[in-house]
Amino acid sequence: MEAVKQGSAAVGLRSSKHAVLVALNRQAGDLASFQKKLIRIDDHLGIAIAGLTSDARVLSTYMRGEAMKSHFVLGRPLPVQRIAAQLGDKAQVNTQRYGRRPYGVGLLIAGHDEAGPHLYEVSPSGNYFDYYAISIGARSQSAKTYLEKYYESFADASLDDLIVHGLRALRDTLQQDKELSASNCSVGFVGVDQKWTVIEGDSLQRFLDILNAEAPPPAAAAGGADDVAPMETE
Amino acid sequence: MGGNIEHRFSPYTDNGGTTLAIAGEDFCVVAGDTRQSEGYLINARYSPKVYHLKNNAVLATGGMHADGVALVKRIGQNLDWYVHKHEKQMSAPALAQMLSTILYSKRFFPYYVWNTLGGLDENGKGCVFSYDPVGNFEKQHWSCSGSAGHLIQPFLDNQIGHKHQSNVEHHLLPLDQVLKIVKDAFNGATERDIYTGDFVEIFIITKDGVTVQKHDLKKD
Amino acid sequence: MDHFPGNWGNPRSRDDTYLESNDYLPGSIAQDHPRIRAEKTMSGFSCDEYISNPSHMPRAHTQQPVVTGTSVIGIRFKGGVMLAADNLASYGSLARFRDVERLLKVGDYTVVGASGDISDLQYIQHMLVNLETKEKYLDDGHSLGPKNVFEYMSRVMYGRRTKVNPLWNSLVIAGVKNNESFLGFVDLQGTSYQSSTIATGFGGHLAIPILRKAVDQIGEENMTEEQAKKIIEDCMRVLYYRDARSLNKFQRATITASGVTITDPYSLETDWSFAEKIRGYGA
Repeated sequence: MEAVKQGSAAVGLRSSKHAVLVALNRQAGDLASFQKKLIRIDDHLGIAIAGLTSDARVLSTYMRGEAMKSHFVLGRPLPVQRIAAQLGDKAQVNTQRYGRRPYGVGLLIAGHDEAGPHLYEVSPSGNYFDYYAISIGARSQSAKTYLEKYYESFADASLDDLIVHGLRALRDTLQQDKELSASNCSVGFVGVDQKWTVIEGDSLQRFLDILNAEAPPPAAAAGGADDVAPMETE
Repeated sequence: MGGNIEHRFSPYTDNGGTTLAIAGEDFCVVAGDTRQSEGYLINARYSPKVYHLKNNAVLATGGMHADGVALVKRIGQNLDWYVHKHEKQMSAPALAQMLSTILYSKRFFPYYVWNTLGGLDENGKGCVFSYDPVGNFEKQHWSCSGSAGHLIQPFLDNQIGHKHQSNVEHHLLPLDQVLKIVKDAFNGATERDIYTGDFVEIFIITKDGVTVQKHDLKKD
Repeated sequence: MDHFPGNWGNPRSRDDTYLESNDYLPGSIAQDHPRIRAEKTMSGFSCDEYISNPSHMPRAHTQQPVVTGTSVIGIRFKGGVMLAADNLASYGSLARFRDVERLLKVGDYTVVGASGDISDLQYIQHMLVNLETKEKYLDDGHSLGPKNVFEYMSRVMYGRRTKVNPLWNSLVIAGVKNNESFLGFVDLQGTSYQSSTIATGFGGHLAIPILRKAVDQIGEENMTEEQAKKIIEDCMRVLYYRDARSLNKFQRATITASGVTITDPYSLETDWSFAEKIRGYGA
């Protein structure tokens, strides 16, 4: 659970048509590249991670396998609720068995299936919850405060609006002297007639410009923001 | 079932059909008819056996339909894992080698499928690979196989490879001419082979992607 | 062609090292078999145990169908699909069971019709009921449509053929979900296809020409449910006239956007007067 809080923040939110994940990338050092925070599972499914990247890799490989199995056996995309439940069951076992450790990673799952867009959080304890909007990782309480204020408007929001909301929420998790830039965040989305897509770098600038055009954010509402020094977690 | 009862199970069946592929300078054409037969019965008039894969290569499968479907599903999964691992699509020549490996891995219970793979190589040139069921393969400029393969092969040798013609300049044909030859080949095969007919599906691979044409063949 | 399954032999009884198939029946005298007597003395475990645990016997696969159902036919029409199959289960040429239902409803959108071995059909029914139950209790807004059932059965049938241990059936899968109608076929070798007309077994010879002619003339998109019903009944009548393993008692399933209906078993009017004119057929 602590490992999740040490990972850089990720924000998820959904409308009636789309689900969006926004994540803050952290560098392991000035000479290192940014770590990938968003992972494609299938055309209809993607995740954001906070915590141990290596554990996330194990889980994403498992999810990709399950997604493929669903196509192979039943010829349909894996229902999002089911993979969240399976992942929860898998994580719970590790909390119960002697000699094992829980996964040190929290996941946000964004997906779209027959039942519409979905957003789930799965934590190392094995708990999984369905959300309109949620954030995980370092200082994620600030993002939650933002999301709680605006979530009622998300249902009818356009994809672009949803992304901007996500970026605003993510901005609130930053330390005082930091700014969102095209290189330190990434956005992933999926929805009706919209395959899972990640935008990073220059193509993100359009949204950052919208953010920058607004008034500077009020000093991040400090709500239990645990400001932990970055370790080897991402 | 009424009629004849099979006494011993054979895991194999032949569903007929004809496929071909022709490589051009900057394109590749892969085609196959869509009839699925079993003995003297026509199971379906439109049961495609040419598959557009995610890496923009096109695989034509002839022989046993069920094995073809299973093989294409397996290739599809391998292509997906490749994208997950390398964040790029597999090249057609890499897929060509992988297909051979997959086929050989079932050397002693083979996929009863004659494959023809078409795509563009790393330099954007058209390439064609043809296979036997256990994974022998060869890069070719044109190839055909299946129930009317032996009828079409000499026609392609003559028209595409200018074989048995004297005083002709050897050159790669342009797309429109290749398409005419493909349609002629399938119309001819339909006349003489009972396992070929109904429709021909022609896939055209260029650097811009893959397009499909569907043309009528005789349905008798 | 020998129509008596009793004469078809048993894969395990080709040489007398193994038990005869009858030795598994209650009251058999299997303990008198030399092999059993030998093993009994060696290991000391009981005869009953030996017979109920045949794990040490060579694995016996279905190598021929035993109790069989004949043709299943299906046609697509405007807004739906229709299937029919008779209620007979034959034991070789013996009309053994006359009230067997071979059209299975799976979920809310799909019907699976099966010809071939009846015990394998019942095993498939068991699998499909399991699949349906699991889907239902998850209760997450998802449900299996005909395409999913078709894909599932294709994988099962192909998987079993790959183990050279086939389920000896030809299946027709029909349904409507999200206003899309579906009609597909899978058999014991895993061969699968979709078509606007499908018939298994003898139907492939006798019904398909009638069905295809109707679709070519009327067109799938113009055919009404009433027209489809008449065509299906014509086919079932022809099959009853000429397929010696058929019965004039059958069920018909209709699947449209409004759901699945499977009729009670019913019969058709037949007229055998033509037989009078055929030497060796009638009198």
